Amino acid sequence: MNKSIVSHKVRDMQPSGIRVFFDLVLGMKDVISLGVGEPDFVTPWHIRESAIYSIEEGYTSYTSNKGLVKLRAYIANFLKKKYGLDYDADEEILITVGVSEGLDLAMRAIFDPGDEILICMPSYVSYGPVAALAGGSPKFISLAQKDGFKLTPEILNRNIGPRTKAILFNYPCNPTGVSYTKKELGALNKILEKHGIWIISDEVYDELTYDFDHTPFSTLAGAKERTVYLNGFSKVYAMTGWRVGFACGPKDVIAAMTKIHQYTIMCVPITSQMAACEALVGPRKPIEEMKREYHRRRDFVVDRLNEIGLPCHKPQGAFYAFPSIKKTGMSSGDFATRLLKEKKVALVPGTAFGPEGEGYVRISYATSFSLLKEAFDRIEDFLKKKHLQTKSRG
Amino acid sequence: MDVILELLSKDARITPQEISKLTRLKVDEVKKRIKKYEKEGILLGYKAVINKEMVEDRENEVRALIEVKVAPQKDLGFDKVAERIYSFPEVTSCYLLSGSYDLLLVVEGKDLKTVSRFVAEKLSPMENVRGTVTHFLLKKYKEDSIILRSKEENKRLAISY
Repeated sequence: MNKSIVSHKVRDMQPSGIRVFFDLVLGMKDVISLGVGEPDFVTPWHIRESAIYSIEEGYTSYTSNKGLVKLRAYIANFLKKKYGLDYDADEEILITVGVSEGLDLAMRAIFDPGDEILICMPSYVSYGPVAALAGGSPKFISLAQKDGFKLTPEILNRNIGPRTKAILFNYPCNPTGVSYTKKELGALNKILEKHGIWIISDEVYDELTYDFDHTPFSTLAGAKERTVYLNGFSKVYAMTGWRVGFACGPKDVIAAMTKIHQYTIMCVPITSQMAACEALVGPRKPIEEMKREYHRRRDFVVDRLNEIGLPCHKPQGAFYAFPSIKKTGMSSGDFATRLLKEKKVALVPGTAFGPEGEGYVRISYATSFSLLKEAFDRIEDFLKKKHLQTKSRG
Repeated sequence: MDVILELLSKDARITPQEISKLTRLKVDEVKKRIKKYEKEGILLGYKAVINKEMVEDRENEVRALIEVKVAPQKDLGFDKVAERIYSFPEVTSCYLLSGSYDLLLVVEGKDLKTVSRFVAEKLSPMENVRGTVTHFLLKKYKEDSIILRSKEENKRLAISY
């Protein structure tokens, strides 16, 4: 008998269904990729330079478990100024290894076995597995294009059960680009408040919101005491590889998260924290320029998608579009594989983000405008050819 | 700056249709504004950005920055002298500066001798030119916000969540 060394918990985790497709992309040359979940910009020079300087100056040690005092103070100050949020730098802010760690800590800190967490689908790939690993029971809420992939008060009400302890929010959303206005969030918050449900809010794309101002969940009336606010530097500051994020929340939750963090991670690398400090106090111009660029590309992409016959709701944030490819008659996986093989354009099948993603693909516009143009010409060509083939066969 | 000018300054080949898609302005409106800018002399031309470091151009192999001290003319200031100087085709840029000298020129020629001769025979003898200092340019790293080196390889993974 083969007795596996791997624990049941891990064996039970679903392996990613599209690993094969990812390997196919990574093995091909000269592909135009609309499949990348990170900015196409390099971290602005002033941030990189400050990290280099900190190394020259000898900042190579551990930091406090919670993160550099200076960085936490800058974050508190930034949130206060930008959103009017009051988080205490000593007790209510924890520096994490990206939002990913913040998410893991938050879930491990609040779940007892059987506790349910609501996760809107399609969703970023890690929410379900991390919730399960943390001992929670993920309950997936299917969102549909007819609702603009948005959670509505009705859908929320329908899904709350006696064991629902928390809900995971991610807005602007990867993969759909959907975000919520203050009014929409307010309506959801009322329901959550009534049931005493906690909110884990992943707002890493916050500043990449294009049609209205972003509203952090914890700014809503009465929400701060039940919200773990997660954010980081990866997307807005083009700092994915530095791995710096932060979690803000009520002090008992942050203390619980810090307890886990101090035993498992100790602290976020000091160089990355130094760079994050500069990101917050340095010039905003490069950030504003990146944002403006994404905004324009978003408009271009939505227009082109509708022009070539792939209907797409208008994403309000992040750098993703999530068009329907149902008209082609292909599955998401087939569409992506054939487009890759025939036209050398890579995108991510919607099914990577849950079964609800069947019939959709995720297009990342974190790619230069000239490549975007070329990619869309190729997709258009691909669709025409496909159309002819179906015709001649029929 | 108008978004149209900004987009054109980044890519002169961008079409009014593309500008329209990026900005949500109507195509006709984009065309109208471009025409207007051309007429007003705001849009002076459209050209390719060439890394001259990598192209053989026998006629313009050598570049120099030349500081020029000028005695300003009564009533005309520096403008008249500057005009006399920048009208030479060898002068590709001409700026009036504050500080220890007045005009800064960029001069191009096919070799050191040509540039030296321009300075010795044309520039220095001019009535209002009080003195010149010539710096020959050895290498360009960055010009007009463009870093002059061949494209960097892509460092991102080709696909990620």
